[in-house]
Amino acid sequence: MSAPPAAGPPGPTEPAGPTGPTGPTGPTGPTGPGSGAATMPLRIAGSRSDPTGSAEPTASTSLGGPGGGPARPAWHPAELFAPARLRQLGALLLVGVLAAIVTGPTGNSDKPLQAAKDSIVDVRIVLYLGLAVALWVLLVLGAQLRGALERVSAPVRAPIGAAYGRRGGPIVLNLALLAVAIVAPLVVSTAAQQSMVNDIGIYALLALGLNVVVGYAGLLDLGYIAFFAIGAYATAYFTSQTAMPWHAPFVLNPFFVFPIALVLAALAGVILGAPTLRLRGDYLAIVTLGFGEIIHLVANNADNITNGARGAFGVPHLSVDLLGIDYKWGIDPLPYYYLLLVIVIGVMIAFGRLERSRIGRSWAAIREDEIAAEATGVATLRMKLLAFAIGASVSGFAGVLFASKQFFNPQSFSLQASFFVVAVVIFGGMGSRLGVVVGAVVLQGLAFYLRDKVPPADRYIYFGAVIVIMMIFRPQGLVPSRRRRREIELAEEGIGAADSLGAAPTGGQR
Amino acid sequence: MGFLDQFWQLTIDGLMVGSLYAVIALGYTLVYGVLQLINFAHSEVFMLGSFGGLFAARALLPDDGSVPGGLASVGLVAIGLGAGAICGGLAAFTLERVAYRPLRRRSAPRLAYLISAIGASLFAVNLAGKEFGRQNVDLPDLFHNGTVFTVFGADVSTQSLVIFAVAVAMLIGLDRLVAGTRLGQGIRAVAQDADTAVLMGVNVERIIIITFVVGGLLAGAGGFLYAMTFNASYSMGFVPGVKAFTAAVLGGIGNVRGAMLGGLLLGLVESYGGYLFQASYKDVIAFLVLVAILMIRPSGLLGERLGRAA
Repeated sequence: MSAPPAAGPPGPTEPAGPTGPTGPTGPTGPTGPGSGAATMPLRIAGSRSDPTGSAEPTASTSLGGPGGGPARPAWHPAELFAPARLRQLGALLLVGVLAAIVTGPTGNSDKPLQAAKDSIVDVRIVLYLGLAVALWVLLVLGAQLRGALERVSAPVRAPIGAAYGRRGGPIVLNLALLAVAIVAPLVVSTAAQQSMVNDIGIYALLALGLNVVVGYAGLLDLGYIAFFAIGAYATAYFTSQTAMPWHAPFVLNPFFVFPIALVLAALAGVILGAPTLRLRGDYLAIVTLGFGEIIHLVANNADNITNGARGAFGVPHLSVDLLGIDYKWGIDPLPYYYLLLVIVIGVMIAFGRLERSRIGRSWAAIREDEIAAEATGVATLRMKLLAFAIGASVSGFAGVLFASKQFFNPQSFSLQASFFVVAVVIFGGMGSRLGVVVGAVVLQGLAFYLRDKVPPADRYIYFGAVIVIMMIFRPQGLVPSRRRRREIELAEEGIGAADSLGAAPTGGQR
Repeated sequence: MGFLDQFWQLTIDGLMVGSLYAVIALGYTLVYGVLQLINFAHSEVFMLGSFGGLFAARALLPDDGSVPGGLASVGLVAIGLGAGAICGGLAAFTLERVAYRPLRRRSAPRLAYLISAIGASLFAVNLAGKEFGRQNVDLPDLFHNGTVFTVFGADVSTQSLVIFAVAVAMLIGLDRLVAGTRLGQGIRAVAQDADTAVLMGVNVERIIIITFVVGGLLAGAGGFLYAMTFNASYSMGFVPGVKAFTAAVLGGIGNVRGAMLGGLLLGLVESYGGYLFQASYKDVIAFLVLVAILMIRPSGLLGERLGRAA
């Protein structure tokens, strides 16, 4: 249950000293269990009767404004200065200062505080603080007007929702999106086309794969890019005698490497997952993180196997010479783009069917309640391993495409790349296929947009901020899967779980 | 020289690094104890603390690059430790407030915490890189006399002696804090059963934030010690962070004494392993140890619970 809005941070209002030995055993504090538990059944009833899930009780209370409830009749100016509102303003102003520092000048270690000082003592700070205040006013007004907005928008939203819910709705939407995807590369610059292949296309594929692990099975894989590296290095090994010092005694067409990479990556996934999936889910995150780093370190250090930090040069492009069709992919990004588009759509359709299959339902069961799933005969360990292996194989598959498309070195397989794929999945909406693709488009689009404006490494500041903000305000992602959103809501109300990592951490009342 | 000739030197180096891992590992273990949550961003708390300590110490060093030596150096170390601890504590506090607390208030699923921590970690690392530059920052050797004494032919430098002594003092201090004070009692109560602790009048919210801050203070001070021996950089947190986590798991996560034991053991294993294999694969050893423990004895050497420990 979310805490009541009045639950402020313990501190100034409490009698006990700040850290003294009397600290821990003060009064029960603001988070009394009674209120939450009492309202719980009501809330379940409320949300059950509202199948569209449009009312988001938990989200609105967590934003914490006294005016958060929709049933507030009139506007009270005094509420502007309620402690919660003032705290909100303070937090927003701090965020404004932080934003000024983030976008401010770059510093160096000789004068560690200079850059931050230059950012704060600057005209732009007025802009950021002004934006913070404006946002606060909007939030306050929004809370006041929420009830009125609900009444006005409900008659409009209902038919739209119904149209979307009908079978024909998504088809029209999907066709429109497909048309955009086909036409879009034709109207942008070559640099953008390259980015659409190397960044958006490949990451959309990676995100679809990771979505099986994170979104469907509810596990966290932080070394996901390692399987991508396995695919890429396998391609270099099998298709070229010169790309790496270590190579196969024969040369294969890159297309034949696809199945090999699939199997290799899936095998690596099983070997890694088998010992760790038995344990609590968060260990998996750390072990996969370690695995990703090991692969990266080995790729970087093993000069006489992988060509070390210099990377693999001269992996041949994809080519087909079969049944009279003779075609070679080359430097031009467009053919790769359309190939990727076909693959991404194929994977989306396949995973959509997978999600609705017996296997997909097992994953949902594991996510929501592992013990109940096991009791009803779901082979939980095997299903989790399967998700892990499927995710890994997609990553390996993407690695082959990536290696044939362009030169690569271990930099492409850094930890940050793994985190980035996680960010894409979360941002787009875990469990939602369209969502993760949209996530790849938006985040990589942001990266492309930022690349001339900020130093490349600084982009990760923005990605980090985006991830945290999403987790705080919209954990279900940009284009949420309906089922996942429902699970998150229910989990927050204390019913079931939304991932396979065990019970929620302490603090919320269950 | 063979392994046996180097054995004592490796042991001493391993113990020194291991004591640092132990100090960082305590942060993971404490937070895990009260929240059953791996605080992924703890490595960034460590990084920010070491920058804080390092910059404070550098600001006090004379401009000509000379080192005062003697008692003045001890004072510098103390100031660096203090500054590091304060920065680490502040970083941990902010982290808890921004990345965890909003999620806890609506009891978000566990995955959300991990992801939020990764986001916070990405943000902190790269912001530090932007503000402080992306090259290594180091501190000159603060002590003039290199070797104090030798043990079985192995040199013990003043620096490593100071680091080991401070680290051990912090470990003992924390152990006493958890085992012997009212605050420690509160922490153990929350670790054992948060719901019951609330009923017994423990302010869980406060315990959680204090736990984060204590972990941050230790990591910040440990970060300064680490920067004294090696150097500081924006990306320094990750590797010691994962190793400290390994140490915590090795000893039994959630177990204070386990984290100490695990840290020292891991330091030794790594020191020997780095000598026997290639030094560039030294970091791989910690990961292999981690995977091995998880396979063989996932509850760690001393078992898992903070509530039962100490």
